[in-house]
Amino acid sequence: MLTLLPPTALPVLGPAPTAAAIRSFLGAVPPVDETGAEERAAALAARSVKRESKRRALLLAVRMCDLTTLEGKDTPGKVRQLAAKAIRPDPTDPGIPSVAALCVYPVLVPHAAGALAGSGVATAAVAAYFPSGQAPRAARVEEAARAAEQGADEIDMVINRGAFLSGDFPAVYEEITAVKQAAGEAHLKVILETGELVTYDNVRRAAMLAMAAGADFVKTSTGKVSPAATRPATLVMLEAIRDFHDLTGRMVGMKPAGGIRTAKDAIGYLVLLSETLGAAWMTPARFRFGASSLLNDLLMQLRRLRDGRYQSPDYFSKD
Amino acid sequence: MADPPVAVIPPGEPALLEYVGSREAAQLAEIRDSYGLWIDGAWTAPRSGRFFPTVNPATEETLSRAAEAGEEDAAAAVEAARRAYDKVWGRMAPKERSKFLFRIARMVQERSRELAVLETLDGGKPIKESRDFDIPAAAAHFFHYAGWADKLEYAFPGLDHRPLGVAGQIIPWNFPLLMLAWKVAPALAAGNAVVLKPAETTPLTALAFAELTEEAGLPPGVFNVVTGGGEAGAAVAGHPGVDKVAFTGSTAVGKEIGARLAGSGKRLTLELGGKAPHVIFDDAPVDQAVEGVVNGIFFNQGHVCCAGSRLLVQESVYEPFLARLKRRLGTLRVGDPLDKNTDIGAINSREQLDKIGGLVESGVEEGAELYQPACALPERGFWFPPTLFTGVSLSHRIALEEIFGPVLSIMTFRTPDEAVEKANNTPYGLSAGVWTNKGSRILWMADRLRAGVVWANTFNKFDPASPFGGFRESGFGREGGRHGLLPYVRGGGGL
Repeated sequence: MLTLLPPTALPVLGPAPTAAAIRSFLGAVPPVDETGAEERAAALAARSVKRESKRRALLLAVRMCDLTTLEGKDTPGKVRQLAAKAIRPDPTDPGIPSVAALCVYPVLVPHAAGALAGSGVATAAVAAYFPSGQAPRAARVEEAARAAEQGADEIDMVINRGAFLSGDFPAVYEEITAVKQAAGEAHLKVILETGELVTYDNVRRAAMLAMAAGADFVKTSTGKVSPAATRPATLVMLEAIRDFHDLTGRMVGMKPAGGIRTAKDAIGYLVLLSETLGAAWMTPARFRFGASSLLNDLLMQLRRLRDGRYQSPDYFSKD
Repeated sequence: MADPPVAVIPPGEPALLEYVGSREAAQLAEIRDSYGLWIDGAWTAPRSGRFFPTVNPATEETLSRAAEAGEEDAAAAVEAARRAYDKVWGRMAPKERSKFLFRIARMVQERSRELAVLETLDGGKPIKESRDFDIPAAAAHFFHYAGWADKLEYAFPGLDHRPLGVAGQIIPWNFPLLMLAWKVAPALAAGNAVVLKPAETTPLTALAFAELTEEAGLPPGVFNVVTGGGEAGAAVAGHPGVDKVAFTGSTAVGKEIGARLAGSGKRLTLELGGKAPHVIFDDAPVDQAVEGVVNGIFFNQGHVCCAGSRLLVQESVYEPFLARLKRRLGTLRVGDPLDKNTDIGAINSREQLDKIGGLVESGVEEGAELYQPACALPERGFWFPPTLFTGVSLSHRIALEEIFGPVLSIMTFRTPDEAVEKANNTPYGLSAGVWTNKGSRILWMADRLRAGVVWANTFNKFDPASPFGGFRESGFGREGGRHGLLPYVRGGGGL
């Protein structure tokens, strides 16, 4: 198993904060200038990562992958195939490490956990009525609890965007703490669905709220809403993580998810991470990519660096 | 999980992403051993027979030797420009002039990679800046004024939009090709011929540009380059055949030129120094403001006349803002300008390095507190680490004088009125920056700040369509946009 930080719920707000306390906590979150944030993200995207540094970045990106399948047509068979790929992404090259986790729907957790047992690859479950979160709180909490019980090491939950956008921040906070409690030892990744929050001010506040409520990771998107992960939204969340660390000393992880398909993209995100949060976050314990097709591009690029030429995609397994 | 974990690969210590070996190839730029003067469409030996070295400030190696022009050379260039103006350029149909400018703009774009390397080698600026800012912006200026060339009567309805004749233009070393474009593009678009004197430490892109105009088929004499130091500049500005002088550089030299030209009947525009205030209110978008401050003072090693060199932070957020700023300074990458990941390159010349060093010393002596992040500087070449001064009072030299280097003087204020008072407490007036989340306060500040440009929630933004220029000791006249054409047409009036 990856060394994850001990799950903590050090609440910056104190236990059971009042609605007024939550509001004033969010009120102190600094505003974000949209143009400036996008400009900074674009400037970092222009960093040039070549040769040996590129190889190292690609290997790190493989280790940070949450290999994901979240389709209605998923089956135990498909999950077993993906588990094999998660453990040994490139059978021709023993130097290629395993990914961090395999991310599936709750009903497939037993199959994933069984196939991954002893491999060091974690089982992650999207829970709490992914992707919409539009269900009664009790049902959401119950789903997360069951996924953890059945062997999920990590729970990816969505926030209640409706409540957030209507200004009911305490409701969002309480749901996260409830799911956190239900998840027990499992690490909690809180999905903000930045594509629905729209403004960076919202993204930053939602990230702070999730962290205060006990999130071990904050995650951009479900992958079911467009836009999914973007670099500026990720940057804004990384800055919130840094602020939260300044405030509480707790290091929260980050997971951009959805729409990250190329190795070049992934390296761009690692640049953002490295230059915003620094070395301590450059580990799968604190950064993940939520992706399905990214892994193969990473493998292709790694093989190109090894052999000096590109291989046909036919040489890389789809599942 | 029941089974013990199997380590597939040792995770290793988390480490920063390294950026190894990402260097732009120096050989992309072709540099000759020496360059003559570009007069009347041909390379011409200087009368003096003297050449001066131009040095790569990152290595102290001599890149090439440029001709040292004297009075006779300047006279030959002005005469060539006069002939070209009288016989060809001044009479050419505007739409034909426009075609030449469009062609030049495209050629600058086509050769942008080579020009960027040349600019970085000669001047020490990071390749990412010459590649992403200097050269594209230079091309954009030529495109912009190419479009104006055949529309002058619409640009200035009712004004005499005929050209003046010969323009003598003296440009600085901080943005060599871009300053060339700012001056040459509007002058040529309006129908003037040009004698250009590039800065002594950075002549190479102007000389490469001369070759480019030949390839573009620009008629001989329309564009001339005389290289050299102060003597060459004085010879160009002082020549009686010059109708219009445009100078960008230090306030001291600008004043001298102004005094020399008084009563000569020549038109004059000056773009001089600055000591721009950068005002941070307590409701500012803080991370973007930190970025803006960094960009404001460390862009191009602070060799920027509109650099935001006086930071004014509202006292209630001073400590946390300073902490964020210091943390950000720690991630700046200082070093080899050809490395694509370098943020801060070399100081342009030893002379400038000494000047920066002297002013920083004065800051320490006068009691301000110095902060520099730990950063390894290369052994050879001219380097200065990013520097902050706190505890600066308005009477310190570092708060008054233009340093033209990567040195930021930080002060505080309590109310908006005090911010305005402190911001305006300078003989300069080129630019200013304001950071606040409150729109009405931006307008209130912009109304009161005495500066040619006020940036709100951003800094160092330029566009060919937007006029740029100063108040008071920062000069007069505007460059860019329709305003930038005005000094080059007869009806432009004034100075």
